[in-house]
Amino acid sequence: MNVLVFADSENGKVSKAAFEASTYGAKIAADNGGSATLLTYGNLNEEALNELASYGITNILHSSSISEMDPMQLARLTAAAADSKQCDVIIFSHDYTGKSVAPIVAAKLQAGLVTGAIDYPSTGDDFVVKTNVFSGKAFANVKINTAKKVLTLLPNSVSKQKQEASANVEAFSADAGAASVQVKEFKAEGGDGINLTEAELVVSAGRGLKGPENWGMIEDLAKELGAATACSRPVSDIGWRPHHEHVGQTGIAIRPNLYIAAGISGAIQHLAGVNGSKVIVVINTDPEAPFFKAADYGVVGDAFEVVPRLIEAVKSFKAAQA
Amino acid sequence: MNILVCISKAPDTTTKISFTDGDTKFNEDGVQFIVNPYDEWYALVRALELKEAQSGKVTIVSVGGADYEPIMRKALAIGADDAVRIDAQPTDAYQVAAEISNYAKDKGFDLIIAGKETIDYNGSQVAGMIAAIMDLPYVSNAISLEVDGATATLERDKQGGTEVLSASTPLVISAAKGMAEQRIPNMRGIMAARTKPLQVVPASGADTLTETVSYELPPAKGDVKLIDPENMEELVNLLHNEAKVI
Ligand SMILES: Cc1cc2nc3c(=O)[nH]c(=O)nc-3n(C[C@H](O)[C@H](O)[C@H](O)COP(=O)(O)OP(=O)(O)OC[C@H]3O[C@@H](n4cnc5c(N)ncnc54)[C@H](O)[C@@H]3O)c2cc1C
Repeated sequence: MNVLVFADSENGKVSKAAFEASTYGAKIAADNGGSATLLTYGNLNEEALNELASYGITNILHSSSISEMDPMQLARLTAAAADSKQCDVIIFSHDYTGKSVAPIVAAKLQAGLVTGAIDYPSTGDDFVVKTNVFSGKAFANVKINTAKKVLTLLPNSVSKQKQEASANVEAFSADAGAASVQVKEFKAEGGDGINLTEAELVVSAGRGLKGPENWGMIEDLAKELGAATACSRPVSDIGWRPHHEHVGQTGIAIRPNLYIAAGISGAIQHLAGVNGSKVIVVINTDPEAPFFKAADYGVVGDAFEVVPRLIEAVKSFKAAQA
Repeated sequence: MNILVCISKAPDTTTKISFTDGDTKFNEDGVQFIVNPYDEWYALVRALELKEAQSGKVTIVSVGGADYEPIMRKALAIGADDAVRIDAQPTDAYQVAAEISNYAKDKGFDLIIAGKETIDYNGSQVAGMIAAIMDLPYVSNAISLEVDGATATLERDKQGGTEVLSASTPLVISAAKGMAEQRIPNMRGIMAARTKPLQVVPASGADTLTETVSYELPPAKGDVKLIDPENMEELVNLLHNEAKVI
């Protein structure tokens, strides 16, 4: 069974999620006696393409005629690439682009789709994939009943594995049809560019911080750790922090290695988006805060004292490591 | 402007999730159902705002059994003009999208809007599949929407930022936070909703392509290890040596 991996790029850079999807797709292909092809588009230099080549992929198809995220065109391109390499399984990352393009590809090919996969498919007769449901409160094992299959892989679900072998890069073009959307402008989020859904470490804060002027220490801690920043819903609703930092049932679901929550009570809707984190640290003045029940490490204390101390401790740790 | 808003039913966000029948079915016992927040807060409210500004009609559509009607009445109370229930048990996203597309294909809607995902299956699938089946342009994760004649201008979430783009109607959109503010239905809306048309149409028998074979709950967390708030060196030490995450 041959596998096609769709890899997105941003400003000429490939995301970590694309390497994870490559690792994932390459293993599925190998387990089923097939090979993995990767499809990518836009402005990518040789270095970026070579890096993509080292995660178990056999062929790279690069289309330079499409540069914008036009879901209809990308879906046609993907279907054509899958057809040209006889791929039965198509893998996307569960990021904005994947969520946009995968359903179109699946419907066009009448292929069963599972989004937000968190593990490799089962290897028996049935093709069953485990995915997050109820915003991370549970998992579902979903069986795909069609010969062609489309999956989106949740970031941080498998670890990328670099390999020696390098793929063969081919220019690829197909009739992707007319543009269906016209992109006018991209507004970058700013900040240090650590993508929240892909981040391995996340520092998050809630209403306990009292006001947006107090986020300096959260940003400092994140910077020391190389972490992304997140927040609870009320904090983004009142505009203390941007919407894209809102995690939880009605925000984004994340599964970093470490989630540090300061001044967040741990309401069920908040936990839903973060309880896939491997390790949770909670800092809260209230020993009865529900978040402590979901935490691995708890600090009962005032964030305004604890966070600066934690920043100092991380600095000394880094100095000692250096 | 005629707008179709896809409405799904979802368990209230405070629901404790459990399963029955050997972990093959979601346990609906005592569960309170709501309009899926993304469908209600963003898709429906923005559709109503556009209609109020430019005239036209907002129709809601659901694929579901009679158990869907209470949440459909809620959407009518918020302000939708009429409702269509396609009579089938929704089992996968492709089936739902195919049923909605089949209903919508000859109705001349200018916009078809759905929430970016449901809070139960979190699939982010239905809107994109409708666009594919109906061969219409698709803008996903839209956080703002303006329509001028046959041109829609939108912003959408993208990795690393947001993007401003335009597309022509008819158009399919999935709506995310930022597109509108939640509206609480008032007494007049609730009264009016009782007599607004809710039409039940037969399903076309669309295929399902996937099935959920079982559910699992995450493993229970062990007890929390409490750290002295004066001793953050200890926390860093544990994160490095015990948890091995830094
Ligand atoms: C339909 C629906 C969907 C929702 N979706 C989400 C969602 O996606 N994400 C989400 O986060 N919420 C969501 N919520 C809201 C959720 O129910 C909670 O209201 C919210 O998470 C609380 O945010 P918080 O913890 O920041 O604030 P609060 O609940 O006000 O908690 C503040 C915490 O800070 C602590 N604190 C105060 N001062 C300090 C200090 N100096 N140092 C340390 N700790 C301190 C307090 O003890 C308290 O525990 C949703 C709610 C509904 C109804």
